[in-house]
This record gives sequence, C-alpha cells and structure tokens, in this order.
Amino acid sequence: MSQKIDQDHARYKKIVKGKIKENLRKYISSGDLIGKKGNDKVSIPIFNIDIPRFKYSRKDSGGVGQGNGDVGDEIGKDPQKGGTEDGKAGDQPGSHALEVEFSLEELARIMAEELELPNIKPKGKKTVRTRKNKYSDIRKTGPESLRHFKRTFREALKRSIVSGNYNKERPLIIPIKEDRRYRSWKEDIVPQTNAVIIYIMDVSGSMGEEQKQMVRIESFWIDTWLRNQYEGIESRYIIHDTKAREVEQDTFYRTAESGGTMISSAYKECSRLIRMEYPLSNWNIYVFQFSDGDNWSKDDTEKCYKFLDEDILGKVNLFGYGQVKSPYGSGQFYHDLEDRFVETDNLILSKIPDRDSIMDSIKDFLGKGK
Amino acid sequence: MKTLPRYLKLIQNETEHFSREYNLDFFPTRFIVLDYKTMNEVAAFGGFPSRYPHWRFGMEYDRLSKSYSYGLSKIYELVINNDPCYAYLLEGNSLVDQKLVMGHVLAHNDFFKNNFAFAHTNRQMIDEMANHATRIKRLMDNHGVEAIESFIDVCLSLENLIDPYSVYIQRPSMDPEPDLGSTRIDSSRIHKFKTKSYLESFINPPEYIEKQKSALRDRIDSSHQLPPAPVKDVLAFLIKYAPLNSWERAVLEIIREEAYYFAPQKMTKIMNEGWATYWHSKFMTEKLLEPSEVINYADVFSGITYQAPGQLNPYKMGLELFRHIEERWDKGRFGFDYQNCKDLVTKKQWNKKVGLGREKIFEVRKHFSDVTFLDEFFTQEFVEEKLFYTYDYNKRSSSYVITSKEFKEIKQRLLTQLTNQGQPVIEVLDANYHNRRELYLIHRHYGVDLEIPYAKATLENLQRVWKRPVNLRTIIKGEHQILTWDGSEHTREKISIDAGI
Repeated sequence: MSQKIDQDHARYKKIVKGKIKENLRKYISSGDLIGKKGNDKVSIPIFNIDIPRFKYSRKDSGGVGQGNGDVGDEIGKDPQKGGTEDGKAGDQPGSHALEVEFSLEELARIMAEELELPNIKPKGKKTVRTRKNKYSDIRKTGPESLRHFKRTFREALKRSIVSGNYNKERPLIIPIKEDRRYRSWKEDIVPQTNAVIIYIMDVSGSMGEEQKQMVRIESFWIDTWLRNQYEGIESRYIIHDTKAREVEQDTFYRTAESGGTMISSAYKECSRLIRMEYPLSNWNIYVFQFSDGDNWSKDDTEKCYKFLDEDILGKVNLFGYGQVKSPYGSGQFYHDLEDRFVETDNLILSKIPDRDSIMDSIKDFLGKGK
Repeated sequence: MKTLPRYLKLIQNETEHFSREYNLDFFPTRFIVLDYKTMNEVAAFGGFPSRYPHWRFGMEYDRLSKSYSYGLSKIYELVINNDPCYAYLLEGNSLVDQKLVMGHVLAHNDFFKNNFAFAHTNRQMIDEMANHATRIKRLMDNHGVEAIESFIDVCLSLENLIDPYSVYIQRPSMDPEPDLGSTRIDSSRIHKFKTKSYLESFINPPEYIEKQKSALRDRIDSSHQLPPAPVKDVLAFLIKYAPLNSWERAVLEIIREEAYYFAPQKMTKIMNEGWATYWHSKFMTEKLLEPSEVINYADVFSGITYQAPGQLNPYKMGLELFRHIEERWDKGRFGFDYQNCKDLVTKKQWNKKVGLGREKIFEVRKHFSDVTFLDEFFTQEFVEEKLFYTYDYNKRSSSYVITSKEFKEIKQRLLTQLTNQGQPVIEVLDANYHNRRELYLIHRHYGVDLEIPYAKATLENLQRVWKRPVNLRTIIKGEHQILTWDGSEHTREKISIDAGI
C-alpha cells in the first residue's frame, strides 16, 4: 500500500545516502564494522543532518532523576565519550552529528551503488531449499530449555491469585506443570542459493599487522556484498605460510603466524575443498586470495599454475588475487599471474597499496558481476 | 482507515459513560484503528493524517519503523488536540491495551479542552495542517522542491525561538515609536518649571532648556532603536523585519504557527500524561477490567510507569503528583494550621476528612502548567516519599553521577529544566548592531551553557534569514562572549561584563 510518508521517506534516504557516500571510504577503511552481520544494526554518525537549534549542552546541565541511590552513585555512562566538545569549536564550522542506524545490508547497497557494482547472475538453479525454524510461537508443551520464563510466571501468578493462594506479604509464586509455557517454532522453507566464498590469506612473516588488517577489511566488505546477493552463502577460510590449513572465521581474522610462503599449499587445500564439498554444477564458487606476493620459489609458482589450470579456474565463478603492499614482499607473484593468465577472464588481479585503495580493489573484483 | 469495530465502539461508549460520571468534560472523540505502518506514518507526522512534504518526517518514520521491527518500541496511543478529537488505536493490540488507551485518550481530551494553556490553540488544526501542506506543495511546484525544503530546514532550526506566553499576556510592542521628527522638537514636550513670566530666565535658564532638549532628543532616538525592548518572539520579529521574499515569509509563518500550536503540549507534558494515567488507571481498576485481564493490565501499567535511572518519566511523576494532591486535599493537609504544625507525628497522621481532593485536582488541571504545577505541589514530603535526586556529569569518570538528594536543589533544578519548555531563552536586542544592520541576540544565561556546535550551525541558518551578519551574546565556561557568523566565517569575541546590554 502506498503511503503519504513514502515521499518524505525517500527524500530522507536520499539525503542520508548522499552524506554516507561522501564519507564512504572513511567508514569502509576504518574497519570498525568488522564482525557485524547482515541484519545487525550499525550506528553511524551522520554529520549535519539533524536540524540544529539553540539548545542546552547536556553535559553541562545534568538533571533530576527518581529512584534509589545515594550521592556519588553512578547512574549512567556517557555514550559519546570523547565526542565533539566545545574545546575545538573553532575548527569545523557548525559541525554536529546525529547517529543514524543502518543495517549492514543497507550499507552494502550504498557501497555497491557508489562503486556501481552490478548484481550477480548466479549459475545453477536455485534448487536447494532448506528448512528454517522461526521461534515465534508459544505452546504449552516443550523442552525445558525453551521455557518462556515471563509467560510461565504470569500464568502461575494468575493461577495463584484465582485460587486464593497468593499472599501479598510473601509473594511466592511456584509454577506448576500447567503454568509452563514454551517457545515454539514454525517451519519456514527458504530457497538457498548455492554459493561459497573461499578466502585465502598469506600469514607469513612478511605480512605485517597493517597488511592483515587491510585484508580483513576487504574480505569483510566482499563478504557483506556477496551475502547481499546470495541468500545463505557459505564462507570458508584458508590460511597459509609454507603449509595451509582451513580455519574458522575468527581465527582467520585474528591469526598472527610467521614463516615462509608457499602459495601452492593453499591452492592444494583450496582445490581439495572444492572437489570434496562443492560439486561444480550446483555451486557458485568465489575464491579470494590475499598475499604480499612474495612466493618461496619459482618451482612453487609453477605448482601454483598447475593447480589453477587444472583444479580451480575451470570451476569457480571468480578467482580474485589481491596483493597488499608490504615493506618486505617483492610482489613478484602478481606479475607471474599477470603474465601467465592474461587471457583468463575469471581471474582478476588487484593491487592494494594502502587502506584508501580498498574500495577500488573491491570494485576490481566485483565490478564485473561474476 | 477503517470504521471502529463494534466491540471497540461498545468499550468507547462505556468509557465515555464513566468519564462523564466522573465529570470529565471532553470534545467528541473519533477513534480510528490503524495498522502499524500507518500508525508509524501518523506518528511521524506528529499525530496528523497529513503534513507538508519534508524529509524529517521520513527520518522519524524510518526510526519508528526500525525500532518497531526490532521490537524495541510500539506506539500505544496518539491523540490530537482538535475538535472533534482524533485518536488512533493500533490494530492487533490486546483488548486490555485498547481499553487502557481509550481511557487515557479521553482524559487527554478533557485536558486539551479545559487546561488554560490550550485555550488559544486552533481546534481545527487538522484542517489547518492540511492547508499548510497544500500551500507548501504549491510553493514547491512554483519554486522547486529543493529551494523550499532547504528553507524549511532553516525555519525549523529557529522554531523554538518563540514566546509561548505571549498569547496569554500583553507584551510591549516590538515596533519602534512613530517618527516624531527628532530635528524639530515640539516645545511643549520640553520640561519646564512652572513660574511667573518675569522669573522665567532665572528659573528656566537657556542652559537648562538646552539640556532638556538634548535629553528629549536622546529619548526619542533610543525609542527608534529596533526593537525598543528585547523581543523573545524571534520568529515574529524576523517575519516582520527580515528582508524576506513573499514565499519565504509564507513558509516562516507556517512554521511559526505550528510551533505555537505544539507549545502548550510541551508546557504541560507532565500534567497531561499524569492526568491521563490517573484516569485510565481509575477506569480500568474500578470499572473496565475483567478479572482475567488484571495481570496483563498490571504488566502494561508497570511498563508505562517504569523509571529508568537518570530520567524522569512524566507519566509516573504526573500521576504520583495528582494522587499526592488528591490525598492532601482529602485529608485537609493544606493551609495555615497544617503548614505551621511543628509536631511531626500529628502532621504525619493529619486527617481532617475534608474530602476536597477530587475537586482540587480538577481545579489544578484547569489552571496550572508544568512549571507552576511543580512550583506549587512538588513538596518536601513528596520528595521524601518518592525518592528524587539530582545528577551531574562527572568528567573524570565520563558518567552521570548522583550529586544531591536535597529538596531545595532538586526542586530548583527541576524548575530550571522546565522553564521555557527546557529551551534556552534567546531574545533580539538590536536589529542595527554596530550601526550596520547586523542582528544582535542575547542568550539569557541561567547557569547552563549552550551546545556550541549547534549554536553555530543555528546562527548560520539565522543569517540565511536575516541576510546580514548575526551575533549571539552568551556565556561560555563563565566568560561573556559574542559568537558571530558573517556569512563566511565564525568568530568569537570575549567581552567584559559591563559592556552593557
């Protein structure tokens, strides 16, 4: 149903989008949002959007409250610690911010719009369906682990009042079996798109903390966008130095290893994963590899070619190689791939010299809508 | 919008019947059931079915919808001060909720109709809001959406610069005295001592006459100052004296009119919610509730009167104050004898059984607003019974900390907070500051500084209306300062206190 508010709502969204786009690089490269999921709320300070008025400074004014407590008790933290205060009032002309809430999905859409990312056309049919349980119902029977405490208490309270057992002086409520209420679920069938992203990160000694942080930020936003495109996407994580292993997301984002670099080890692990778990006809497979491009030996690079040729490139929608710049790495691997796979259009190479270029790199990878 | 289902109509009739028995006096009420989307829309419009197009309604809608979908909040009731009074019920609410809302709404309605603060409000505001919407839309068609919308932003930024009390009392005119011709002074206006003609040159020597003449000239000059006395209704002043074109003036007038319409609601928030809560609780517990609904009602009620730390819940505070007043007047706890009773035990057990409570609260709801309500009835006994405190920001711990539980401090703080609806008092002092047609405003500093980044941004908007540089005199961290925005640059000047006003 169309509403009168729609026009105002659209205007508001347009204004906010404009403001966000102005600062998108800042939000994206800051890395503060890592760890959020699609429907999570994200509070973002938007500058100069709320309507300014002459108003009292809240910190200065304090207030009156009601309830228990003694002089000296703390009643609440300041949510905007270190926010703009009067001290530096001179530098930014009338700057004031309002925290606006977004879901990560909305942000991903805005990013995609700014980068002009096309929607992805999945391959394979959306045949896989999964059942999903939604706990939105209340029943009288169920397992104890799903007991709804408040509802149960309420029933018990009602019963004890009705039966005259309720004692005002000693309001003891003991739920009996009939009072118990349990959360219950409804089954929903959701179509599941069959897509998987495999991240590969080089964690050798030459990859410093800043390099890893850049990789984290970039993979986080790639992940957010692809999740926006596919429902129920899977992510797998591989880290390697001279040996590769599959790890949990958490480990992927936190690990600090060291040692040499043999990229072929990761490719081997990657092709094993694809072969064993993601038969190609049903799956949209994305591989993103991040490294500083300093492979151990020419021999190992030859091995890499072989894995890519035989096991990987033929099966994936997209293979992205992002090379972060590190003070130690030679960056040779980028050139090796460039020379060898000049004709391959599902292999995309991108250089990420610093945080500011993360956005451009994302566009390199996803700009073709594969 | 759907017509009210029969079962709700019956509850409405029943509730209205009880309300009349209790002598509540209200406009005819139209209840409308809305789904949550429309409810959010109407709430974003400030309770009205339609408003002029503006993005901030969209922002409010976005916030409400998100907060509803995350399960954080849900709007129970919305009621408009209008004749007939319109109120909305949320579709799918339980019957207990609907009963409660109806009682609550009828009491609001009674308050709108009878409280003095609302006496001057437009009771056909729904129509007026629709007219405003039509006018703004037409302006947008003629001058472009962007131009009008951004000027509305500017006006809204100034919308709290009004003088809500001006509708109840006569303020001195903000216009200068008509020009009397300062060069040619009417000799009859020069002060002379009465005397015989032969003594004239001794009693009223020429030097004296000259002195009187120049004093008179000064007086006339200063009365030419614009405005002759400080003006609190900054919006009215701008409408009259700012170099606005006709559509700008039309927009500013609309914003001002709406600001005056909403002002009484801000002036009586505690009383109005307290009154409504007092009555819905009475209707529910004495008349409307089915036994099976009691627990659910108690659950909802405890939510309404929930007290979060560091906040004042107007529903709870208003309700408790009305009940406190009722008890005092029922037991005769007022007047000379009671005030001067020194014996605490006698005072505590004081009960003359005069039974004037009900009558008193009706009188209070008619003649008081929040400031006077608290000034009169927020007593030491009440504070001791209901546990209040003041809190302040503690820099070291970056948190708010309880600083006092003294009655005097608490009351002082409360009244300061409520004065001018919690808005800083800003007045126009001079429209020809520095003799350069600059605008000069003063912030009447009652102990609390302004939020400076906001003040600067607001000055920028003010300058867009006035077109010449604007100056605001205020106190920042104990120092008298003048903030100036000249259209391209912010400056701050410290001044000495005796720089005069």
